[in-house]
Amino acid sequence: MHIVKLSVNGETRELPDLDPETPLLWVLRDHLGKTGTRFGCGKGLCGACTIHVDGAPARACITPASVADGKKITTIEGLEGRVADALRAAWSAGNVPQCGFCQGGQLMSAEHQLRTSPAASKQARDGAMEGNICRCGTYTRIRSAMDQASAGLGGEK
Amino acid sequence: MNRRKFLKQSLAGSFTLGVALQGKTLIARTVQSITESLEEDWSPNIFLSLASDGTLSIIAHRSEMGTGITTTLPMVLADEMEADWERVVVVQGDADSRYGDQNTDGSRSVRQFYKRMRQVGALAKHMLIEAAAKQWDVPVSECIASNHMVVHTKSKRRFLEFGELAVHAAKVEAPTPSTLPLKEASERKYVGKDIPIRSIDAILNGSAQFGMDVRLPDMQFAVIARCPVLGGTATKWDEAAALAVPGVTKIVKVPFATAPYEFNALGGIAVIADNTWAAIQGREKLNVQWEEGAHASFDSDKHHQELLDSATKPGKVVRKNGELTDGPPKGGQRITASYQCPHLAHASMETPCATARITEDSAEIWMTTQAAQGAQGRIAEALGLSPVRVTVHITLLGGGFGRKSKPDFGVEAALLAREVGAPIQVVWTREDDIQHDYYHAASAMHFEANLDAQGKPTSWLQRSAFTPIGYTFNPAAKQGGAGEMGQGFTDIAYELDNLQVESCDANSHLRIGWLRSVCNIFHAFGVGCFTDELAAAAKADPMLYLLERIGFPRNVDLDAMGVSYGNYGSSLEESPIDTGRLRRVIFKAALMSNWQEEYPLLPQKDGIRRGLGISVHRSFLGYVANVVEVAVSKDGALSIPNVYVAVDCGLAIHPDRIKAQMEGAVVFGTSLARWGEITGKDGRVVQSNFHDYRVARNSDAPASIEVAIIENEELPTGVGEIGVPPFAPALLNAIFAATGKRIRSLPLKNHDLGSSD
Ligand code: FES
Ligand code: FES
Repeated sequence: MHIVKLSVNGETRELPDLDPETPLLWVLRDHLGKTGTRFGCGKGLCGACTIHVDGAPARACITPASVADGKKITTIEGLEGRVADALRAAWSAGNVPQCGFCQGGQLMSAEHQLRTSPAASKQARDGAMEGNICRCGTYTRIRSAMDQASAGLGGEK
Repeated sequence: MNRRKFLKQSLAGSFTLGVALQGKTLIARTVQSITESLEEDWSPNIFLSLASDGTLSIIAHRSEMGTGITTTLPMVLADEMEADWERVVVVQGDADSRYGDQNTDGSRSVRQFYKRMRQVGALAKHMLIEAAAKQWDVPVSECIASNHMVVHTKSKRRFLEFGELAVHAAKVEAPTPSTLPLKEASERKYVGKDIPIRSIDAILNGSAQFGMDVRLPDMQFAVIARCPVLGGTATKWDEAAALAVPGVTKIVKVPFATAPYEFNALGGIAVIADNTWAAIQGREKLNVQWEEGAHASFDSDKHHQELLDSATKPGKVVRKNGELTDGPPKGGQRITASYQCPHLAHASMETPCATARITEDSAEIWMTTQAAQGAQGRIAEALGLSPVRVTVHITLLGGGFGRKSKPDFGVEAALLAREVGAPIQVVWTREDDIQHDYYHAASAMHFEANLDAQGKPTSWLQRSAFTPIGYTFNPAAKQGGAGEMGQGFTDIAYELDNLQVESCDANSHLRIGWLRSVCNIFHAFGVGCFTDELAAAAKADPMLYLLERIGFPRNVDLDAMGVSYGNYGSSLEESPIDTGRLRRVIFKAALMSNWQEEYPLLPQKDGIRRGLGISVHRSFLGYVANVVEVAVSKDGALSIPNVYVAVDCGLAIHPDRIKAQMEGAVVFGTSLARWGEITGKDGRVVQSNFHDYRVARNSDAPASIEVAIIENEELPTGVGEIGVPPFAPALLNAIFAATGKRIRSLPLKNHDLGSSD
């Protein structure tokens, strides 16, 4: 059987016993102990499990490990860089989280949006967050924090 | 962290303070050794421990589900103690009856513990001051505590850090806390300030530990196939097929529960595996055959009709003022209306999850729980252990909303861990969560009012029928009793000479539980919308009409009327129903929304109809008014450009978290008003995940939510629930203002808001 090889936050891991159809969510959480990627629905509906595969956002709960074989995976634990810093600072300044469960996924979506489309309109920015549910209802603060981070990075406020 | 461990870590060279309630008096003593603290006659709650390096550990004994309570209460203690927040470490307490009540629901944390936290802080401060005075051999009156140190005010030159005083303070005899003066409002340092919540960094870097993040050596994962119909059992299942899934290690039958379901494990066929995915896959292969039982006939269409029929017939009178009249006075009119709300699921972002490790005579559970002591008791009972042999660790909660006050999932984990002989984590998938919840009641309300020629009600009848929480504990229960009727119905605060409130029967087919704001949700909806209907009939401005109904500032004395009313566990003397406070939040919200200029906002632009709606509600001793602005397109698309919230929750301890709870309540209200609906068909819950149990997303949430906090020094109340009730009625009243459509049942998705012209 083909052995799945994943690079998670810069660390390469071989998973010899893994069924390659296992969604990355469970590979990360149960096999690799990276629990920052959260389980919210298991059906690609809520965004709590958002990760980056080669820099692009993916819902880990519906992405089989085989799809990421040999690719670079970034989880909230490994999310770094100028955009991530700006976002975390804005999230802190705005006291965005309530329970916090969805926030890792929110940041993963937000980081991709600001990194790849720094000049996007506010509307497009908000649109990029549509797939991330926050049951606590922190949306107005998420939007303000994104505006603030975006402005800090030179984008539209 | 458990108490023993905490003590071990903190006792060496430290000042550890335990307090206990004896009758109604709080008594305190320093704790010198573990054995001492476990003496029978002295069982203190350890609230704080000061190390010689100055680090102050404060126990948070409540659960953190997003309200900020494990920041707020320690902050109150630190403020009173004059401690430096930067040097405070908050330690999550385990289940322990010695902390007093730990059940984090009912918006009680602040109410119950604000004063106690202050007293403990004052006590610690007093003892540190006394220790310093002794060191310097000066009178206590010449010393003050400030910013983590004690200062000799007379010389102004002598000071000692709290940490340096720890060992000495431990030798001071603790006075009775109630004899100590508390700080004046002007001396507050943290109370009233926006301190960042304690886990924010861990949340943002992914290291925060929720219930599902617990990892133990040799742990196995379990998912359970539960009967889709309440009370059913399994007759046949394919064990071999499930075991054939790689990773699946065992199939275990969990005994099926019978009514009353209480907090027992529902029962089912559990699939144990070495990872969650394998367990989920294995469950799909089980192909369980069910014996469904009596609730297989549950059908929501019929059930809703049944509730409505019940509410339109006389029920049990729970409040009566004056006498109802049959017809309106001359020149007046008679208005009747009925309202309906469906069952709701909590759908907290993190599903229920518990991890258990069992030995012969003890159990250790990690749980995303709002009710650690309840879990402890239930698990002890299920395992046949004494509660002290059961340790329940409280993890962070990925939301709760009342679901996690029910420890059934902890019982499941404990039973399975014992059966399998390895640590077990029971994971609820979202489908499990939506289909096996303790549901918010389905309800119907009926109103009949006579108005005089000026539009003033001369007779007012209101009835409520809803599936009571009591059903979960007694299958014969058909009514909610004083507690649930008192959530926004019996306690209606209008000035009405002739009023009758009735409670009507309802049959239940699902486990019923409390969900954020509980019966206040539908009662506020019924009362708030009916009031708006009357205003329209009277051709009055709804805001002014509402104010008129509330009348002059006064206390509504239900005791004097002989009405059985719980007042959320508080006395009416201490926390009256104060119409002055209701009026104030209405004025404030009206002012914020520029109501008098703008109402009803009818001018159309590009076929978009806009409107403002208002509602107000008192619940959990707090007062909230909402003004909602809606925009409705020709084809019925709804958006909510603005929501204005005015809240009076007494003294505002943490304004930012109060605002956050109000914002969250508005979004929660948006979800329930627009899409929230759990229905049954052939006994089964129809919805299963976020595609058919929709909750508000980013673009659905109001574009702007403005929150104003009424400043006062009243007793602080909890804020987790008070924001939800007024939202739905204000929204529907705004829709009426915009479209002329009177919608009397939730959710809105079942109604067409489009205009025919
Ligand atoms: S858990 Fe993956 S989208 Fe919800
Ligand atoms: S902060 Fe709780 S779900 Fe978003």
